[in-house]
Amino acid sequence: MTPRVRYFPTHIVVFILPAAALYTAFMVYPLFDSLRTSLQGAHEGGGALFVGLSNYVRLVTDPVYAPRFWGALQHNLTFFAIHMLVQNPVALMLAALLSARDLAGRALYRTVLFAPTVLSFVIVGFIWQLMLSPLWGVAGGVMRFVGLGAYFRPWLGLEGYALVTLSLVSVWQFVGIPLMLFHVALLGIPDELREAAHVDGASGWRVFWGIEFPLILPVVGLVAILTYVGNFNAFDLIYTVKGALAGPNFSTDILGTFFYRTFFGFQLQMGNPVMGATVAGAMFVLVLVGVLLYLFAWQRWVEARVL
Amino acid sequence: MTRARSLLLLAAVIFLLGGTVIPIQLFPAQAAEQVTLTIESWRNDDLSIWQDAILPAFTKRYPNIKVVFAPTAPAEYNAALNAKLTGATAGDLITCRPFDQSLGLYKQGFLAPLSDLPGMANFSSVAKSAWITDDGKTVFCVPMASVIHGFIYNADAFKQLGITPPKTEAEFFQVLEKIKTDGRYVPLAMGIADQWEAATMGFQNIGPNYWKGEDGRQALITGKGKFTDPAYVAVFKSLAKWRPYLGSGFEAQKYPDSQNLFTLGKAAIYPAGSWEISLFNQQAKFKMGAFPPPLPAGSSTCYISDHTDIATGMNSKTRHPAEARTFLSWMATPEFATLYSNALPGFFSLSNQKVTLKDPLAQTFLSWRGLCKSTIRNSYQILSRGEPNLENELWRVSAGVVSGKLAPEEAAAQVQAGLNKWYKPQAK
Repeated sequence: MTPRVRYFPTHIVVFILPAAALYTAFMVYPLFDSLRTSLQGAHEGGGALFVGLSNYVRLVTDPVYAPRFWGALQHNLTFFAIHMLVQNPVALMLAALLSARDLAGRALYRTVLFAPTVLSFVIVGFIWQLMLSPLWGVAGGVMRFVGLGAYFRPWLGLEGYALVTLSLVSVWQFVGIPLMLFHVALLGIPDELREAAHVDGASGWRVFWGIEFPLILPVVGLVAILTYVGNFNAFDLIYTVKGALAGPNFSTDILGTFFYRTFFGFQLQMGNPVMGATVAGAMFVLVLVGVLLYLFAWQRWVEARVL
Repeated sequence: MTRARSLLLLAAVIFLLGGTVIPIQLFPAQAAEQVTLTIESWRNDDLSIWQDAILPAFTKRYPNIKVVFAPTAPAEYNAALNAKLTGATAGDLITCRPFDQSLGLYKQGFLAPLSDLPGMANFSSVAKSAWITDDGKTVFCVPMASVIHGFIYNADAFKQLGITPPKTEAEFFQVLEKIKTDGRYVPLAMGIADQWEAATMGFQNIGPNYWKGEDGRQALITGKGKFTDPAYVAVFKSLAKWRPYLGSGFEAQKYPDSQNLFTLGKAAIYPAGSWEISLFNQQAKFKMGAFPPPLPAGSSTCYISDHTDIATGMNSKTRHPAEARTFLSWMATPEFATLYSNALPGFFSLSNQKVTLKDPLAQTFLSWRGLCKSTIRNSYQILSRGEPNLENELWRVSAGVVSGKLAPEEAAAQVQAGLNKWYKPQAK
């Protein structure tokens, strides 16, 4: 018998090629090109000059850039914290309710709760600005009707409130995604486990925390990392509502708007591609750190615990 | 066999990809005698005026040239235009922002020089100053129009309350107080949610009276004047006094909110730029009047912000340079000046040619050119070239001053500190 000839697996190459080519051309190459740009200096004569990490040093120390960068980072962390503390627990709660066995109109609830997610940022921004508007909005009227009129403020325009308000608008819009992920995970839990627990006399509360929650822990981690990445890519809503200058007094400025302003320029301010790429590079590092923590710390812990 | 099949597959993929690329290359060959020019602009409010009034007048004269007005949203215009020019997909004619934005485009070779364009002599050197190289030799855009700042008021409301337009700052605040006491109207329709309203309609509107127009503006450029000088602090102080007269919730009031508040007849005075006139004429159902920025105590000469705002240049990579130049020289004629100024009341032609305006409100604004000295916004020439950007800083601090979060002295100090960081004549 002759030994089997191992053919080169051409079909695998053919199948991978289109995706790999597109991904390289539109994601990998621009990413590395942007990182390369961030290591260059801009100077009068044109042309490139390698300056190492000095743009990054400038970003975190220069009196013009540093306050904006640290401010934006802090706002991003606030934005992220509000999503973690409001969006995800609310989504989990709604998912648990949706998974209740004898719930009438489940499909309707699911659709309604997911609907804002498919709306455009522009529409979401516009709707909420209109509702919260001190001039034409319904928010002030509703609050007066229930006797809380004295607490109404033009929240979107106040330094101390604007970012929190926008974060909550974003929560409203995106609560559907973690909701669906939790919902699917809960549906995947075998009914026998719940029934056994009920037979043993466990309450619904106990079943949730003792059986269901531990079993969906991998999804909790997934939702957290999706929230984290989404938060650092956030830009649209703030840009739509507050513009690239993210006022008042930069109080809603996040890394996305900071990047936009720096890279493309704004009004009379000329774009600065080099510093823009540096901001983008810093955002890339932040996202990378988060994803690595998720992959190496959380995934291992969950695997060891649950699986 | 497998290899042959995969090769076939690969060939098919390449063919498909190739198919999408090749036709684009062949397309221009089909262009016939009719030439189409595209105008890039941020004036999407003017779409109907260009389509219905201006372009038909041009096409009547030059039937073989079709012109398409293709505006982008104002806030995205600069970024979008830069991207289009870099990608060589921009239109043939480019609407020019004043000063550095267009100068930058010229220096990068995106705009063609136009100094020798027939009709360029119809513009004064001041009119051309916003679209000229620093050495004053090359003009790269045909000046179109300026906008004038002032205050538009609801004449019916004024009549009802028995008040007349204020001439001095003291009278201005008396009038505001009277409107507030009456309670039927919001005295001033301005919000700070977009920030620029406070800077442009507030600071740059009333400012020239304090810093003496061109004298003060030039002094900032040469480094003789500073934002911490009493004149500038006084502007911020006056601006801070506007707060009690703004509508409730002005912190979240956006620019369209302010416009609607006024045109719906709910506010008495609108700190304005003359570009509002055509929109207000369409929307407001009451009589309107206008008064120039009130004089501060002790001054007798008035100054207005008569800001060179808009011009048109030629994309240096246009495929129809001769036709584009034909259009641009037509824009320098009195015919265009009259057509444009009347079609767009509030945009005042920069041409030397005498233009008469049919719109009474626009005519009021234009009449101030004869009574007061003209200047332009002080942050536009040279001073917004560095970081932090002066214009953006003025937006931020003006909004801060109006909201009361920032003291006038502190606002002036922050702006000056920003300028000191990069502008050598000021750093001394």
